[in-house]
Amino acid sequence: MMTDIETQTVATDEPEHPSEGGSQATPGDAEARPRSSEANWSKPVDRLALGAVPSSAMNLNVEGRRLVGPVQGFGQLWQKRYRVRLDGADVTPEQVISTWKEEFGSFWPKGNSFYGPITGIAPGEVALLNLAAPGHQTLSTGVMVIYADEESFTFMTPEGHMFAAWITFSSYRDGPTAVVQIEVLLRSNDPFYEVSMGLFGHRQENAFWSATLHNLAARFGVDASATLEQTCVDRKRQWKNAGNVRHNAAIRSAVWTVTHPRHWFHRSGEA
Amino acid sequence: MTTGTTSVEVRRLSPAAAVIEVHGDITAASEPLLAEAYTRASDDGAKAVLLDFAGLDYMNSGGIGLLVTLLVRSQRQGQTLMAVGLNDHYRQILALTRLDEAIGIYDSEAAALVAVGA
Repeated sequence: MMTDIETQTVATDEPEHPSEGGSQATPGDAEARPRSSEANWSKPVDRLALGAVPSSAMNLNVEGRRLVGPVQGFGQLWQKRYRVRLDGADVTPEQVISTWKEEFGSFWPKGNSFYGPITGIAPGEVALLNLAAPGHQTLSTGVMVIYADEESFTFMTPEGHMFAAWITFSSYRDGPTAVVQIEVLLRSNDPFYEVSMGLFGHRQENAFWSATLHNLAARFGVDASATLEQTCVDRKRQWKNAGNVRHNAAIRSAVWTVTHPRHWFHRSGEA
Repeated sequence: MTTGTTSVEVRRLSPAAAVIEVHGDITAASEPLLAEAYTRASDDGAKAVLLDFAGLDYMNSGGIGLLVTLLVRSQRQGQTLMAVGLNDHYRQILALTRLDEAIGIYDSEAAALVAVGA
Protein backbone atom coordinates (compact mmCIF):
# COMPACT_ATOMS: atom_id res chain seq x y z
CA MET A 1 0.00 0.00 0.00
CA MET A 2 1.13 3.52 -0.48
CA THR A 3 3.07 5.09 2.30
CA ASP A 4 1.29 8.41 2.66
CA ILE A 5 -2.11 7.24 3.73
CA GLU A 6 -3.69 6.93 7.10
CA THR A 7 -4.24 3.33 8.05
CA GLN A 8 -6.46 2.17 10.83
CA THR A 9 -7.19 -1.43 11.60
CA VAL A 10 -10.05 -2.49 13.77
CA ALA A 11 -11.04 -5.99 14.77
CA THR A 12 -14.78 -6.14 15.29
CA ASP A 13 -15.10 -9.30 17.35
CA GLU A 14 -12.12 -11.49 16.69
CA PRO A 15 -8.50 -10.77 15.97
CA GLU A 16 -7.59 -10.51 12.32
CA HIS A 17 -6.37 -13.64 10.70
CA PRO A 18 -2.58 -13.71 10.67
CA SER A 19 -2.45 -14.49 6.98
CA GLU A 20 -3.96 -11.13 6.07
CA GLY A 21 -1.57 -8.80 4.38
CA GLY A 22 -1.70 -9.50 0.72
CA SER A 23 0.44 -12.58 0.26
CA GLN A 24 -2.43 -15.03 0.12
CA ALA A 25 -4.39 -15.83 -3.02
CA THR A 26 -6.87 -13.05 -3.52
CA PRO A 27 -10.08 -12.84 -5.51
CA GLY A 28 -9.32 -12.45 -9.15
CA ASP A 29 -6.06 -14.34 -9.18
CA ALA A 30 -5.25 -16.03 -12.41
CA GLU A 31 -6.17 -19.69 -12.15
CA ALA A 32 -9.33 -20.97 -13.83
CA ARG A 33 -10.33 -17.53 -15.03
CA PRO A 34 -11.43 -16.69 -18.55
CA ARG A 35 -8.91 -14.56 -20.40
CA SER A 36 -11.44 -11.94 -21.31
CA SER A 37 -13.43 -10.03 -18.74
CA GLU A 38 -15.95 -8.82 -21.31
CA ALA A 39 -18.80 -11.09 -20.21
CA ASN A 40 -18.22 -10.19 -16.57
CA TRP A 41 -18.77 -6.44 -16.89
CA SER A 42 -21.99 -4.55 -17.40
CA LYS A 43 -22.29 -2.27 -20.39
CA PRO A 44 -22.23 1.44 -19.51
CA VAL A 45 -25.60 2.91 -18.58
CA ASP A 46 -26.64 6.53 -18.54
CA ARG A 47 -29.64 6.19 -16.21
CA LEU A 48 -30.82 3.27 -14.09
CA ALA A 49 -33.95 1.35 -15.02
CA LEU A 50 -35.56 -0.79 -12.33
CA GLY A 51 -37.67 -3.86 -13.07
CA ALA A 52 -40.79 -4.95 -11.22
CA VAL A 53 -40.75 -4.70 -7.42
CA PRO A 54 -43.40 -5.65 -4.84
CA SER A 55 -46.07 -3.00 -4.29
CA SER A 56 -45.30 -3.05 -0.56
CA ALA A 57 -41.77 -1.80 -1.19
CA MET A 58 -40.84 1.86 -1.00
CA ASN A 59 -39.67 2.46 -4.55
CA LEU A 60 -37.76 5.73 -4.59
CA ASN A 61 -34.37 7.07 -5.62
CA VAL A 62 -33.41 4.43 -8.19
CA GLU A 63 -35.28 4.87 -11.47
CA GLY A 64 -33.57 7.40 -13.69
CA ARG A 65 -30.63 7.95 -11.34
CA ARG A 66 -27.01 7.89 -12.49
CA LEU A 67 -24.40 5.64 -10.97
CA VAL A 68 -21.80 7.28 -8.76
CA GLY A 69 -18.38 6.09 -7.64
CA PRO A 70 -15.53 7.51 -5.59
CA VAL A 71 -14.85 10.21 -8.21
CA GLN A 72 -18.38 11.61 -7.87
CA GLY A 73 -18.72 11.36 -4.07
CA PHE A 74 -18.19 14.05 -1.44
CA GLY A 75 -16.63 12.69 1.74
CA GLN A 76 -13.36 11.11 2.71
CA LEU A 77 -12.44 8.01 0.70
CA TRP A 78 -12.49 4.83 2.75
CA GLN A 79 -11.48 1.31 1.86
CA LYS A 80 -13.03 -1.30 4.14
CA ARG A 81 -12.48 -5.04 4.07
CA TYR A 82 -14.74 -7.30 6.10
CA ARG A 83 -13.74 -10.96 6.20
CA VAL A 84 -14.93 -14.21 7.68
CA ARG A 85 -13.24 -17.61 7.52
CA LEU A 86 -15.36 -20.68 6.90
CA ASP A 87 -13.17 -22.97 9.01
CA GLY A 88 -14.31 -26.56 8.84
CA ALA A 89 -16.80 -26.02 6.03
CA ASP A 90 -16.35 -28.25 2.98
CA VAL A 91 -17.14 -25.56 0.46
CA THR A 92 -15.34 -23.93 -2.45
CA PRO A 93 -15.20 -20.19 -3.16
CA GLU A 94 -17.33 -20.80 -6.27
CA GLN A 95 -20.00 -22.52 -4.17
CA VAL A 96 -19.98 -19.68 -1.66
CA ILE A 97 -20.45 -17.06 -4.36
CA SER A 98 -23.14 -19.07 -6.12
CA THR A 99 -25.13 -19.36 -2.89
CA TRP A 100 -24.55 -15.72 -2.07
CA LYS A 101 -25.86 -14.62 -5.46
CA GLU A 102 -28.97 -16.78 -5.13
CA GLU A 103 -29.84 -15.84 -1.55
CA PHE A 104 -28.24 -12.42 -1.28
CA GLY A 105 -30.92 -10.54 0.67
CA SER A 106 -31.51 -13.38 3.11
CA PHE A 107 -28.16 -12.75 4.78
CA TRP A 108 -28.91 -9.13 5.58
CA PRO A 109 -29.78 -8.08 9.14
CA LYS A 110 -33.48 -8.03 9.99
CA GLY A 111 -35.41 -4.98 8.85
CA ASN A 112 -33.47 -4.53 5.57
CA SER A 113 -34.85 -5.69 2.23
CA PHE A 114 -33.12 -6.42 -1.07
CA TYR A 115 -35.47 -6.49 -4.05
CA GLY A 116 -33.29 -8.04 -6.71
CA PRO A 117 -34.20 -9.12 -10.21
CA ILE A 118 -35.71 -12.59 -10.59
CA THR A 119 -32.92 -13.37 -13.02
CA GLY A 120 -30.45 -13.12 -10.15
CA ILE A 121 -27.29 -11.18 -9.62
CA ALA A 122 -25.70 -10.62 -13.02
CA PRO A 123 -23.91 -7.74 -14.75
CA GLY A 124 -26.29 -4.90 -15.56
CA GLU A 125 -29.04 -5.93 -13.12
CA VAL A 126 -30.50 -3.27 -10.83
CA ALA A 127 -31.91 -3.89 -7.35
CA LEU A 128 -34.05 -1.80 -5.02
CA LEU A 129 -32.99 -1.58 -1.38
CA ASN A 130 -35.20 -0.68 1.59
CA LEU A 131 -32.83 -0.11 4.47
CA ALA A 132 -33.55 0.36 8.16
CA ALA A 133 -32.60 3.91 9.09
CA PRO A 134 -32.43 5.61 12.48
CA GLY A 135 -35.79 6.53 14.05
CA HIS A 136 -37.53 3.47 12.59
CA GLN A 137 -37.38 5.08 9.17
CA THR A 138 -36.94 3.28 5.87
CA LEU A 139 -34.36 4.52 3.39
CA SER A 140 -35.09 3.61 -0.22
CA THR A 141 -32.14 3.37 -2.57
CA GLY A 142 -30.59 0.84 -4.94
CA VAL A 143 -27.53 -0.72 -6.49
CA MET A 144 -26.46 -1.96 -9.89
CA VAL A 145 -24.36 -5.06 -10.50
CA ILE A 146 -21.42 -3.82 -12.53
CA TYR A 147 -19.27 -6.95 -12.40
CA ALA A 148 -19.80 -10.63 -11.69
CA ASP A 149 -17.76 -13.80 -12.11
CA GLU A 150 -17.66 -17.15 -10.34
CA GLU A 151 -15.65 -15.86 -7.40
CA SER A 152 -16.90 -12.31 -6.98
CA PHE A 153 -19.50 -9.70 -7.85
CA THR A 154 -19.52 -5.93 -7.51
CA PHE A 155 -22.24 -3.36 -6.87
CA MET A 156 -22.13 0.35 -7.70
CA THR A 157 -24.46 2.83 -6.04
CA PRO A 158 -26.77 5.48 -7.54
CA GLU A 159 -27.08 9.20 -6.84
CA GLY A 160 -28.70 9.80 -3.47
CA HIS A 161 -27.34 6.65 -1.86
CA MET A 162 -25.43 7.15 1.40
CA PHE A 163 -22.24 6.29 -0.43
CA ALA A 164 -20.71 6.81 -3.81
CA ALA A 165 -19.22 3.36 -3.75
CA TRP A 166 -18.13 0.09 -5.25
CA ILE A 167 -18.87 -2.93 -3.09
CA THR A 168 -17.19 -6.19 -4.03
CA PHE A 169 -18.30 -9.53 -2.59
CA SER A 170 -15.79 -12.30 -3.07
CA SER A 171 -14.43 -15.58 -1.82
CA TYR A 172 -10.99 -17.14 -2.06
CA ARG A 173 -8.99 -19.98 -0.57
CA ASP A 174 -6.53 -19.58 2.27
CA GLY A 175 -5.05 -23.08 2.44
CA PRO A 176 -7.93 -25.51 2.90
CA THR A 177 -10.31 -22.82 4.13
CA ALA A 178 -12.68 -20.67 2.11
CA VAL A 179 -12.51 -17.01 3.14
CA VAL A 180 -15.36 -14.65 2.36
CA GLN A 181 -14.74 -10.95 1.89
CA ILE A 182 -16.71 -7.77 1.39
CA GLU A 183 -14.59 -4.87 0.15
CA VAL A 184 -16.11 -1.41 0.06
CA LEU A 185 -14.49 1.61 -1.58
CA LEU A 186 -16.64 4.56 -0.62
CA ARG A 187 -17.08 8.25 -0.17
CA SER A 188 -20.21 9.55 1.50
CA ASN A 189 -22.31 11.19 -1.17
CA ASP A 190 -22.92 14.62 0.37
CA PRO A 191 -22.18 16.77 3.45
CA PHE A 192 -25.31 15.55 5.24
CA TYR A 193 -24.21 11.93 4.92
CA GLU A 194 -20.62 12.82 5.80
CA VAL A 195 -21.71 14.25 9.14
CA SER A 196 -23.89 11.18 9.70
CA MET A 197 -20.94 8.90 8.98
CA GLY A 198 -18.95 10.52 11.74
CA LEU A 199 -21.80 10.29 14.23
CA PHE A 200 -23.08 6.78 13.61
CA GLY A 201 -22.76 5.85 9.94
CA HIS A 202 -19.43 4.04 10.07
CA ARG A 203 -20.52 2.08 13.12
CA GLN A 204 -23.83 1.17 11.48
CA GLU A 205 -22.15 0.21 8.21
CA ASN A 206 -19.63 -1.99 10.00
CA ALA A 207 -22.34 -3.70 12.03
CA PHE A 208 -24.41 -4.29 8.88
CA TRP A 209 -21.72 -6.06 6.90
CA SER A 210 -20.33 -7.91 9.90
CA ALA A 211 -23.80 -9.31 10.60
CA THR A 212 -24.18 -10.21 6.93
CA LEU A 213 -20.95 -12.21 6.96
CA HIS A 214 -21.92 -13.88 10.23
CA ASN A 215 -25.23 -14.95 8.68
CA LEU A 216 -23.50 -16.16 5.51
CA ALA A 217 -21.05 -18.24 7.54
CA ALA A 218 -23.97 -19.74 9.47
CA ARG A 219 -25.49 -20.78 6.14
CA PHE A 220 -22.46 -23.07 5.74
CA GLY A 221 -22.63 -24.30 9.33
CA VAL A 222 -19.88 -22.04 10.66
CA ASP A 223 -20.27 -19.85 13.74
CA ALA A 224 -17.73 -17.10 13.12
CA SER A 225 -17.44 -13.36 13.53
CA ALA A 226 -16.17 -11.02 10.86
CA THR A 227 -12.99 -8.99 11.03
CA LEU A 228 -12.58 -5.50 9.67
CA GLU A 229 -9.60 -3.74 8.12
CA GLN A 230 -10.22 -0.15 7.13
CA THR A 231 -8.07 2.53 5.57
CA CYS A 232 -8.74 6.19 4.91
CA VAL A 233 -7.31 6.43 1.39
CA ASP A 234 -8.08 10.12 0.96
CA ARG A 235 -8.80 12.48 3.83
CA LYS A 236 -9.87 15.29 1.52
CA ARG A 237 -13.51 16.07 0.97
CA GLN A 238 -14.59 16.91 -2.57
CA TRP A 239 -16.48 20.14 -2.00
CA LYS A 240 -17.23 20.50 -5.69
CA ASN A 241 -19.66 17.60 -5.16
CA ALA A 242 -21.45 19.10 -2.14
CA GLY A 243 -24.49 19.72 -4.34
CA ASN A 244 -25.10 15.96 -4.41
CA VAL A 245 -27.31 16.63 -1.39
CA ARG A 246 -30.16 17.47 -3.78
CA HIS A 247 -30.49 13.73 -4.49
CA ASN A 248 -30.23 12.66 -0.82
CA ALA A 249 -32.25 9.45 -0.53
CA ALA A 250 -32.59 9.69 3.26
CA ILE A 251 -34.24 13.09 3.06
CA ARG A 252 -36.44 12.05 0.13
CA SER A 253 -37.43 8.82 1.86
CA ALA A 254 -38.33 10.68 5.06
CA VAL A 255 -40.46 13.17 3.17
CA TRP A 256 -42.20 10.33 1.34
CA THR A 257 -42.89 8.53 4.62
CA VAL A 258 -44.44 11.62 6.19
CA THR A 259 -46.71 12.05 3.20
CA HIS A 260 -47.70 8.35 3.02
CA PRO A 261 -49.13 7.45 6.45
CA ARG A 262 -50.08 3.93 5.38
CA HIS A 263 -46.39 3.09 5.25
CA TRP A 264 -46.04 3.82 8.99
CA PHE A 265 -48.03 0.68 9.81
CA HIS A 266 -46.07 -1.38 7.31
CA ARG A 267 -42.81 -0.51 9.08
CA SER A 268 -44.40 -1.11 12.49
CA GLY A 269 -45.42 -4.56 11.33
CA GLU A 270 -41.85 -5.39 10.32
CA ALA A 271 -40.29 -4.42 13.59
CA MET B 1 8.99 -5.78 -12.81
CA THR B 2 6.73 -8.82 -12.77
CA THR B 3 4.31 -10.23 -10.25
CA GLY B 4 2.14 -13.22 -11.08
CA THR B 5 0.41 -12.42 -14.34
CA THR B 6 1.18 -8.71 -14.26
CA SER B 7 4.29 -6.88 -15.41
CA VAL B 8 4.98 -3.18 -15.69
CA GLU B 9 7.63 -1.02 -17.30
CA VAL B 10 8.27 2.61 -16.50
CA ARG B 11 9.82 4.95 -19.03
CA ARG B 12 10.31 8.69 -19.35
CA LEU B 13 8.36 10.29 -22.16
CA SER B 14 9.48 13.88 -21.61
CA PRO B 15 10.96 15.83 -18.68
CA ALA B 16 7.44 16.31 -17.35
CA ALA B 17 5.79 13.02 -18.26
CA ALA B 18 6.33 9.34 -17.58
CA VAL B 19 4.64 6.22 -18.89
CA ILE B 20 3.71 3.07 -16.99
CA GLU B 21 3.20 0.22 -19.44
CA VAL B 22 0.94 -2.45 -18.03
CA HIS B 23 1.08 -6.00 -19.37
CA GLY B 24 -1.12 -8.89 -18.32
CA ASP B 25 -3.77 -8.51 -15.64
CA ILE B 26 -4.84 -5.78 -13.28
CA THR B 27 -6.48 -7.17 -10.17
CA ALA B 28 -6.27 -6.31 -6.49
CA ALA B 29 -3.12 -8.45 -6.38
CA SER B 30 -1.38 -5.99 -8.73
CA GLU B 31 -1.39 -3.22 -6.13
CA PRO B 32 2.20 -3.44 -4.81
CA LEU B 33 3.59 -3.60 -8.33
CA LEU B 34 1.61 -0.65 -9.64
CA ALA B 35 2.21 1.42 -6.51
CA GLU B 36 5.95 0.96 -6.85
CA ALA B 37 5.82 1.72 -10.57
CA TYR B 38 3.94 4.91 -9.79
CA THR B 39 6.62 5.94 -7.31
CA ARG B 40 9.32 5.41 -9.93
CA ALA B 41 7.32 7.28 -12.55
CA SER B 42 7.03 10.23 -10.16
CA ASP B 43 10.63 10.20 -8.99
CA ASP B 44 11.92 12.88 -11.32
CA GLY B 45 9.08 15.27 -10.77
CA ALA B 46 6.78 14.16 -13.56
CA LYS B 47 3.68 16.31 -13.77
CA ALA B 48 1.82 13.77 -15.88
CA VAL B 49 1.70 10.00 -15.59
CA LEU B 50 0.34 7.97 -18.49
CA LEU B 51 -0.96 4.47 -17.91
CA ASP B 52 -0.46 2.50 -21.12
CA PHE B 53 -3.01 -0.31 -21.26
CA ALA B 54 -2.19 -1.61 -24.73
CA GLY B 55 -0.80 -4.79 -23.17
CA LEU B 56 -3.70 -5.29 -20.76
CA ASP B 57 -5.26 -8.74 -20.94
CA TYR B 58 -7.70 -8.74 -18.08
CA MET B 59 -9.10 -6.39 -15.45
CA ASN B 60 -11.63 -7.19 -12.74
CA SER B 61 -13.37 -4.90 -10.27
CA GLY B 62 -10.40 -5.13 -7.91
CA GLY B 63 -8.30 -3.59 -10.65
CA ILE B 64 -10.70 -0.69 -10.98
CA GLY B 65 -10.38 -0.05 -7.27
CA LEU B 66 -6.65 0.05 -7.71
CA LEU B 67 -6.95 2.77 -10.36
CA VAL B 68 -8.83 4.91 -7.84
CA THR B 69 -5.98 4.69 -5.35
CA LEU B 70 -3.56 5.78 -8.10
CA LEU B 71 -5.89 8.65 -8.96
CA VAL B 72 -6.00 9.83 -5.35
CA ARG B 73 -2.24 9.67 -5.22
CA SER B 74 -1.85 11.69 -8.41
CA GLN B 75 -4.25 14.36 -7.14
CA ARG B 76 -2.37 14.59 -3.86
CA GLN B 77 0.91 15.04 -5.73
CA GLY B 78 -0.55 17.57 -8.14
CA GLN B 79 -0.11 15.27 -11.10
CA THR B 80 -2.35 14.48 -14.03
CA LEU B 81 -3.25 10.82 -14.52
CA MET B 82 -4.01 9.74 -18.09
CA ALA B 83 -4.69 6.51 -19.93
CA VAL B 84 -3.70 5.40 -23.42
CA GLY B 85 -3.97 2.14 -25.33
CA LEU B 86 -7.43 1.23 -24.06
CA ASN B 87 -9.53 -0.97 -26.31
CA ASP B 88 -13.30 -0.49 -26.59
CA HIS B 89 -14.03 -2.89 -23.74
CA TYR B 90 -11.81 -1.13 -21.22
CA ARG B 91 -13.01 2.27 -22.38
CA GLN B 92 -16.52 1.05 -21.58
CA ILE B 93 -15.45 -0.05 -18.12
CA LEU B 94 -14.00 3.37 -17.37
CA ALA B 95 -17.21 4.95 -18.66
CA LEU B 96 -19.39 2.60 -16.59
CA THR B 97 -17.47 3.34 -13.41
CA ARG B 98 -17.24 7.02 -14.36
CA LEU B 99 -13.50 6.96 -13.85
CA ASP B 100 -13.21 8.56 -17.27
CA GLU B 101 -14.39 11.81 -15.67
CA ALA B 102 -11.13 12.00 -13.74
CA ILE B 103 -8.67 10.00 -15.82
CA GLY B 104 -8.13 11.50 -19.25
CA ILE B 105 -8.30 8.92 -22.03
CA TYR B 106 -6.28 9.46 -25.19
CA ASP B 107 -5.65 7.57 -28.40
CA SER B 108 -1.90 8.00 -28.28
CA GLU B 109 0.95 9.18 -26.12
CA ALA B 110 1.44 12.14 -28.44
CA ALA B 111 -2.16 13.24 -27.99
CA ALA B 112 -1.89 12.91 -24.22
CA LEU B 113 1.29 15.01 -24.18
CA VAL B 114 -0.35 17.74 -26.22
CA ALA B 115 -3.36 17.75 -23.92
CA VAL B 116 -1.29 18.14 -20.80
CA GLY B 117 1.23 20.50 -22.36
CA ALA B 118 4.14 18.29 -21.39
